[in-house]
Amino acid sequence: MAKADAPAATPAEAANRVLVTPEGVGLHLQIGDAGQRAAAFLLDGLIIIGCLVVLTILALSGVAAAGLKTGGEVAAIIWLLGAFLLRNAYFIFFELSPRAATPGKRVMGVRVAARSGGRLRAEAVFARNAMRELEVFLPLSVLFSQSGSGDVDSWMWLLGALWCSVFVLLPLFNRDRLRAGDIVGGTWVVRAPRQKLAPDMADHAAETLNRSAFTTAQLDAYGVKELHVLEDVLRLKDRKTMRAVADRIATKIGWRFRADEDDFTFLSAYYAGLRGRLESRLLMGRRRRDKHDV
Amino acid sequence: MAELRLKSQRFREERENDWRRLESLMDKVERRGARSLTDEEILAVPVLYRATLSGLSVARATSLDRGLIDYLETLSSRAYFFVYGARSTLPERLGSFLARDWPNAVRSLWRETLASVLLMALGAVVAAFLIHSNPEWYYSFIPAELASGRDYTASTESLRATLYDAPKGGGLSVFATFLFTHNAQVAILAFALGFAFCLPTAVLVVQNGAMLGAMLTLFISRGLGFELGGWLAIHGVTELFAIVLAGAAGFRIGWAVAFPGDRSRLDAAAEAGRTAATAMAGVVIMLLFAGLLEGFGRQLITNDFARYGIAAATALVWGLYFYGPRRKEAPLGES
Repeated sequence: MAKADAPAATPAEAANRVLVTPEGVGLHLQIGDAGQRAAAFLLDGLIIIGCLVVLTILALSGVAAAGLKTGGEVAAIIWLLGAFLLRNAYFIFFELSPRAATPGKRVMGVRVAARSGGRLRAEAVFARNAMRELEVFLPLSVLFSQSGSGDVDSWMWLLGALWCSVFVLLPLFNRDRLRAGDIVGGTWVVRAPRQKLAPDMADHAAETLNRSAFTTAQLDAYGVKELHVLEDVLRLKDRKTMRAVADRIATKIGWRFRADEDDFTFLSAYYAGLRGRLESRLLMGRRRRDKHDV
Repeated sequence: MAELRLKSQRFREERENDWRRLESLMDKVERRGARSLTDEEILAVPVLYRATLSGLSVARATSLDRGLIDYLETLSSRAYFFVYGARSTLPERLGSFLARDWPNAVRSLWRETLASVLLMALGAVVAAFLIHSNPEWYYSFIPAELASGRDYTASTESLRATLYDAPKGGGLSVFATFLFTHNAQVAILAFALGFAFCLPTAVLVVQNGAMLGAMLTLFISRGLGFELGGWLAIHGVTELFAIVLAGAAGFRIGWAVAFPGDRSRLDAAAEAGRTAATAMAGVVIMLLFAGLLEGFGRQLITNDFARYGIAAATALVWGLYFYGPRRKEAPLGES
């Protein structure tokens, strides 16, 4: 079952949800933010409009080729059905595929998932997309409808627009960024990152410098949080940052650089040493969160 | 230099191949679908998934390599969605939808269906009553473009002609397609509007009833009631029933959102959405039939009794399909 973490301070943590698999392991999921959702929808909208334009051109050229009587009939049917399917089946078709994402969502790196953590069912996908009538097409038709000339008509139009905007803006007013379709479908939209296995930063140290060069006291200067910052620094491999960080660490632990020792060598050796130290304590059930933790 | 390796490094080296295999399988699935996997690969995925998941647990407890933990987390989520994702094929899904899910959903909506029918009847009666007292009301219920000459200024003969003549211009197939797409869109809108606490859906259903009532009143006043009945019923039994069901599906959602009972509002809405969406998918199918009956059947069959006969047959078919007695089924695991 998916449940929310305690409210957190940063936006990134606020988007974190934990999904506990049937095997009992908690997986962290990130809720797709409003910008990604909107961008994905705009992309899909553009694709649909593009297909409609192509469809229209094909239908017209069909009419031109086969004559108005027979060609026109077939072209009209294909156009009507095509437009209907594009409007209604486009989202359903793609969200039922293994990726559970329309092309727009794929580009933005998000996918649809069942909120309960169970299967994403066909009826859930149908429900969430049927609601688009209320969230997209109705507001659009209100927006482009003539507001009339009289005062009363204008007021009615304004009220209608306000009423519609409640459904359009619904995702902005809840923590899980649920739109009406997500509420009715029992779904949510989560990020679907694809990540390559990054090289282990401790591998480098094993070849270059003996990590036992550091004393226990030197290795006890930092905790897990600092270790992860150091890991990021090593992955980025930015010269200036490495210089600054190497200086800070060397000062703190009283390290004197040897002549042949560059910053990266020193830092990765210290990273390996620190990780070895912290991991062996971890095995004993002691996780040192940061340098202030004893 | 083996003694220089950390335990977490050795752990990673030993299992890395399994993880990479799972990753390549996931890439394949996401790119080309589940059918691109061989039988052997299909069997391997759950095993690799569990190995990766246990690897993640171990890594969380013993390793401080954040790159590794993030990777395993991402990979496990991807595999989780595949392993626990829906994987029944379309024919299977369609089969169980037609055999079980659709009629069950419609049956479980009986209260909402009744309310929907009553609202439609209410609309018809009110419209008939108002028009009876003053024919001017007719124009409030039937918009001019829809009436297309069928109003109180028309002669009885021209009204009769609208019941039996094929529409001018455009073939029947185009007409049928247009009717289907248009009606289906309106039905889906009625369903979606239910989310706003039922009220807009109710308005839509009453309005549909009012249009029906207005037409009936006009034609009955010219002594064409029986003929109009046939003209409407041949497709109307299916179409009106579909609209009633779309309204019922909308009511179910709106009611769950407004009055969730002892469940949370979100859970209630999701549960209602499941039933309602199943019924709605069926409504689209019904409207496809209705479009064909209206586009072809009504234009080609001009005998009143034949029209009534088809109407009765469709009523019987739908009634038996949805509400007819069926074999008791063993309760299924998934519900």
